[in-house]
Amino acid sequence: MKKLLTLCVIAVAFVVSVHAQEKGSVLIKNATVITVTNGDLENTDVLIRDGIIQDIGKDLNAPRGVETVDASGKFVMPGIIDAHSHLNGVDINEARNPVTAEVTMEESVDPNDVGIYHALAGGATSIHLMHGSANVIGGQGETLKLRYGTTQDGMKFEGAKRTIKFALGENPTRVHGQGNGIQPRTRMGVEQVIRNHFDEALDYKRKREAYLSAKAEFDRRGRGTPPVPVAENLRYEVLNDIIEGEIYVHCHSYRADEILMLMRVFNDYGIKNYTFQHANEAFKVAPELAKNGAMTSVFSDWWAYKFEVYYSTAYNASILNANGVINSINSDNNQLLRTLNHEAAKVVRYGDTSVNDAIKMITLHPAIQLGIDDRVGSIEEGKDGDVVVWSGHPLSIYSMAEMTFVDGKKYFDRSNDPNDMRIDIDPGTDFEDGANFREIVTRREDDACLQDAFILMQNNTQN
Amino acid sequence: MKKLNIFIVAIALLFGLTATTQAQITEKPEFGKFAITGATIHTVTNGTIENGVILIEGEKIAYIGNNIRVTGDYKRIDATGKHVYPGFIDGWTGLGLVEVSAVAVTVDDAEIGQFNPNMYAFTAFNPHSASIPVTRVSGVTTVLAKPRSGSISGKAAVMDLWGYSPDSMAVKKSGALVMNLPSSTGGGWWDDRSEEEIKKQYDRQIKEINDFISKARFYDDMMKAYEANPSGKTQPDHDPRMEAMREVLSGDVPVVITADNEQEILDAIEWSKAHEGMNFILAGVNEGWRVADEIAEAGMGVLTTTLYTPSREYDNYQRPYQNPGLMADAGVKVAIVSDDTENSRNTTFEAGYAAAYGMGTEEALKAVTINPAEMFGVADKIGSLEEGKQANLFISDGDPFEPMTNIEQVFIKGYKIPMQSRHSQLYEEFIDRDAVNK
Repeated sequence: MKKLLTLCVIAVAFVVSVHAQEKGSVLIKNATVITVTNGDLENTDVLIRDGIIQDIGKDLNAPRGVETVDASGKFVMPGIIDAHSHLNGVDINEARNPVTAEVTMEESVDPNDVGIYHALAGGATSIHLMHGSANVIGGQGETLKLRYGTTQDGMKFEGAKRTIKFALGENPTRVHGQGNGIQPRTRMGVEQVIRNHFDEALDYKRKREAYLSAKAEFDRRGRGTPPVPVAENLRYEVLNDIIEGEIYVHCHSYRADEILMLMRVFNDYGIKNYTFQHANEAFKVAPELAKNGAMTSVFSDWWAYKFEVYYSTAYNASILNANGVINSINSDNNQLLRTLNHEAAKVVRYGDTSVNDAIKMITLHPAIQLGIDDRVGSIEEGKDGDVVVWSGHPLSIYSMAEMTFVDGKKYFDRSNDPNDMRIDIDPGTDFEDGANFREIVTRREDDACLQDAFILMQNNTQN
Repeated sequence: MKKLNIFIVAIALLFGLTATTQAQITEKPEFGKFAITGATIHTVTNGTIENGVILIEGEKIAYIGNNIRVTGDYKRIDATGKHVYPGFIDGWTGLGLVEVSAVAVTVDDAEIGQFNPNMYAFTAFNPHSASIPVTRVSGVTTVLAKPRSGSISGKAAVMDLWGYSPDSMAVKKSGALVMNLPSSTGGGWWDDRSEEEIKKQYDRQIKEINDFISKARFYDDMMKAYEANPSGKTQPDHDPRMEAMREVLSGDVPVVITADNEQEILDAIEWSKAHEGMNFILAGVNEGWRVADEIAEAGMGVLTTTLYTPSREYDNYQRPYQNPGLMADAGVKVAIVSDDTENSRNTTFEAGYAAAYGMGTEEALKAVTINPAEMFGVADKIGSLEEGKQANLFISDGDPFEPMTNIEQVFIKGYKIPMQSRHSQLYEEFIDRDAVNK
């Protein structure tokens, strides 16, 4: 019996690990291929083998055993990448401290959330699963491939850059200043929270390294007085990783002044790779962003739902693009994630950005911001087979994603699309008992980034 | 002397430029006689006219067709190769009532009290909301601005998006009465009441609503009796709440009931059966496709959206997009709305999704024009391009459901509207911010 159990465990582990690394092969024929980096190629074939784009050209032949998809009259685009999502996060905010750099979303991934399938049906293949915006320095993010039905580990985008969430303005000042009565309650406080922690982290590093070398020396000599220990501190370790450029910062921000503030701080600490998230007023400081090489990831048209986005414009993305800022369009919302192609199309309407530049904002640019542009974000030989077949031009409202491939494996097929796509359905579930009702996501009601943090504001009278 | 001339010219140029910049910000509308020529005219109610002419005189459409010589007294707008559509109607929005939803002092759509039929969205409608120009330049020319709190929230108003007072903007002050019925299924997983408690509370709240309406009927009967023959009778006391119910009880002003899931919709239909003479519309209706036949049979119109995630985990991903089309197929009159405030302009794309997922472009177009106009009793004025109707229309360079299409010119009540908003003005200011230093 015990033996059988062990066998079972091994079998399950084997299935899971194989599943997690499953890669596919497919030949997509006669499509208009939107390469993003090399123009649109008409009547062109794309061959994906074992998860990698092997060939792009005309009249390609399918190697033996490789399925062929006829995409005549259709479009192939790289899978959409969302640089700001909370799609399948189990928890979003560790909101009890203004700085929680040690926390990560890694343990908070639900690989079975049916929303993943809905996102695939909207042509998305990767998301940046982020910590919320309750804290000035929040938790670390996790870049995922939408391999629906694998495991937490199976969803990981291997080799993606480490990321972390920062947040400025109303959210951290509401949660901590107004909610808990601690700093920061103002934008002045937000700056000092960041500087203080960076300084503490640098001091920690100096002392810790001194201790470690003294300890090594003591161990080597085997006599004398042992040095006073300096305990390892994960939070400070992570902050040092940020300063040393090992972690990309994604900073929730809205107002122009706070964007300038963070750029000043980062220049002082030599931090270079960072993206302002939401950044509704980034257009006001586009020249400064371009000069610092700072990037932005914005909504196409959301505004006025809170005061710090009242003086903003749907032309934000176009202004940033025209000023040479690498900008992406994100969702931060499970519905918007299903329609990011049309969010990008709005950038063409608002400010005459070119169609290809608009498409970059949901493919190549988010890939750059997540440090995965060597793998995805365009259709090039050698890149991952994360592509989508669209019924028409993907920016048209009448076009639908027909097939979505991740690593060459088909995860969504409109022609074979059962209604119930949940995984691990309990056969005893009573469909009518309300347990399977989802909270409907429409537009921005309040701040999606504050999920799990509202309780702090409800428990404390605001003053 | 020559130098001085140059100086004067330079000064004049400088002032000229400044004046131009200011003129862009304070651009005025134009009003009078216009001829839009050469366009494909989508009338909605009378088909499509190729290479057509629309004459606007004052507030109204004077002519539509392609068989007229345009005289010189009309300001000509050459729209060759372009399209003209009736202004879109967003039949469910907080526009004008809510400026910044997270800032409570700017939120005027939720009065205190359970029964407020005498609260008028018209009264709190702010003609100077920054969201109004943002909305109208996208082709949405008229909205139903609605209150939302309590069991009877108040009266929603049909408002044109041009004007300096609610009076000049109102197409209809009493567009609809807004009602929220209790939920018989509870509030979801976070609702920890027992089934029995839910049932008890539901019954109690329904009884309160029914009692209120019974009182209103009694008041209406009493007033009618008095008004028919006042002599020798004591004049009844005036009650503003009861008075506000009279135009609803007669069916002149429709009642919009919010109902999202299957059970809420069925409950609303069941409840409405006990209230004859009143005219009902459903709002929300996310699961309308589940009970489309029942809605059609009840003869209720619906106000609904498309861009939301499926309401149940086991539902197909595209049900929300298909929902308006499935209801229309069953014979339900459908209006597609934004259910938004500052982004009421996205009514267009809500409808575009319905068009793409089964409803078809023609029906989806009706769902943002003539259908809501008929539901709110304003189809004699707006909702289609017809001679004698208000000149609410826009010129676009393509299909307005397409997000890449540009809305080039909007007319509201005959006014040629400045195509400006906070969004376009910030663009003008910041697209090349440091030009002065270059």
